[in-house]
Amino acid sequence: MAWFKKTKKPIVTSAKEKPSRVPEGLWVKCPGCQQAIYNKDLAANLSVCPKCSHHFRIGAAERLRMLFDGDWVEHDKDLVSTDPLRFTDTKPYRARLKASVESTGLKDAIITATGTIEGLRAIVASMEYGFIGGSMGVVVGEKITRAIERAIDERVPIVIVCCSGGARMMEGARSLMQMAKISGALARLDRARLPYIAVLTDPTTGGVTASFAMLGDLNIAEPKAQIGFAGPRVIEQTIRQKLPEGFQRSEFLLEKGMLDLIVDRRELKQVIANALGFMGAVKAPAPAAVEEAVATEPAPQA
Amino acid sequence: MPDTLDFEEPIAALLKEIDTLNAQPATDARNREIEALQRRIQTVRAELYRSLTPWQRVQVARHPNRPGLEFFIERLFTGFTELHGDRRFADDHAIMTGFAEYRGDPVLVVGHVKGAGGDTKDKIFRNFGYARPEGYRKALRAMRLAEKFSRPIVVFVDTPAAYPGIESEERGVAEAIAVNLRDMMVLDTPIVVIVSGEGGSGGALGIAVGDRVLMQEFAIYSVIPPEGCAAILWRDAAKKVEAAEALKITAPDLLDAAIIDAIVPEPPGGAHTNPAAAAALVDEALARTLADVCAVTSVARHDARYRKFRSMGRLGIDFVDGE
Ligand SMILES: [Zn+2]
Repeated sequence: MAWFKKTKKPIVTSAKEKPSRVPEGLWVKCPGCQQAIYNKDLAANLSVCPKCSHHFRIGAAERLRMLFDGDWVEHDKDLVSTDPLRFTDTKPYRARLKASVESTGLKDAIITATGTIEGLRAIVASMEYGFIGGSMGVVVGEKITRAIERAIDERVPIVIVCCSGGARMMEGARSLMQMAKISGALARLDRARLPYIAVLTDPTTGGVTASFAMLGDLNIAEPKAQIGFAGPRVIEQTIRQKLPEGFQRSEFLLEKGMLDLIVDRRELKQVIANALGFMGAVKAPAPAAVEEAVATEPAPQA
Repeated sequence: MPDTLDFEEPIAALLKEIDTLNAQPATDARNREIEALQRRIQTVRAELYRSLTPWQRVQVARHPNRPGLEFFIERLFTGFTELHGDRRFADDHAIMTGFAEYRGDPVLVVGHVKGAGGDTKDKIFRNFGYARPEGYRKALRAMRLAEKFSRPIVVFVDTPAAYPGIESEERGVAEAIAVNLRDMMVLDTPIVVIVSGEGGSGGALGIAVGDRVLMQEFAIYSVIPPEGCAAILWRDAAKKVEAAEALKITAPDLLDAAIIDAIVPEPPGGAHTNPAAAAALVDEALARTLADVCAVTSVARHDARYRKFRSMGRLGIDFVDGE
């Protein structure tokens, strides 16, 4: 391996370029109210049913488009798992990775990026459920950890949007250890007194819940999201009875004291911006002002 | 539960022979024959345990006679005083903690307890080692006490998983584990972890962040129990043997992955065949490791602990940057 660090140009992603991930076709039947919704209406409404407010699951890029004011700079885009266990179940893990790369256009189950939220500079890590169930392996763990370390270095807030079935089995104990790694980085972020907002979306379960999802300065959930540690089937097998209606949903967790608030997706960006304001985040200077500030600094002496 | 595991069939046969001989009148010849058979058992057992498959290791790690926390406390520590409760809700019986002396120095001991082998009542009392949120919160409370008085912490890990029940979820088992992961990383006192039986995913990791993580030779440490993995990925729980293989849950696998720091050898035939010898081997490793981590400054220790977990998932090995 090279001893020098590769310098990379920042990749600016335009908010407009990304394809929407609303289901194919002209119409979609809402699982909440069973009514047919025009796809364009759904997309215009942040994938929330205009009739019953059912929150459709959205992709990582769509989430960034929804939270950031405009373009964003993506980080660590090219990290790829090496399949360290050479894992094979009914299919090789490599084949699952390949299929997910093709279907999502991502290299793993997360995008990390810097942009502004209502003018506030912030890092957002957004998980992609379409990539092996949003599961957390080494790449997801590494990208989140780097994002947290970047937030500390640059003194900016971080928002992590969780959407994950938990730790990725195909990378074994390495996946488990990402829980400790990320939580440790969050301890440092705490000590640096920087804001961390956890956004819990449907679903947030397993090792993701038992690490960074529950460690926000604020834990914010979307309505009716499934949030829990153990899977409902495992619990039913253990207690040998049916689980109550609404168990492990956002509203249940709020009642049990595990969430700060439940926010409708259409208000999420504003609520995050308000919270960041409370936590002391300040408006990012306009790009021109940044350049000027740099230019007026005395040039370093050779 | 029979005295032998399914793969110990050759040993079971020899034990049967001994039983038959024992039923006969005692003669010198008979006694000599029994002794020979016992020696044979030891040889066969050592041979078997030299090349256990991952699934066989799972069986050994779960053996009901495997020495657990209470045995280690009795053998390795003096003056153990148990501390109860999380001061919020309850005292969880699947995680035990207390202060004691280790080789003359005060330490805090924390660990899972599964319940004594063969004692069903005790197993139920201990919830078979499945801890509830209160257990993780009690552990952290006690660890903070150790931090306040600069006492090292020794952790024994042996749990199938955190308890998957309604009350666990209601009281935030995920939050309890998450807080432990975060706070143990910056706890300002030495922490040595010994995975002594089953390292069952988040339920294990929830008390297993430390400066050194040791693992007994036949213990396992996994992101999910092999049965659960088989049920999800193979859609067939019977594929647990394949899952155990694929998940790389054995001590040598985890040492290779730099997830553990060292393997603590077990007596030939596993810790359950000779708990006293197993405890002596743990003692030896613990003394050495504890001295090492106590010798560095608090700042250096904190940095090293962070870097240790930070580097799990290695660039160029477990992942690459670009094609
Ligand atoms: Zn609807």
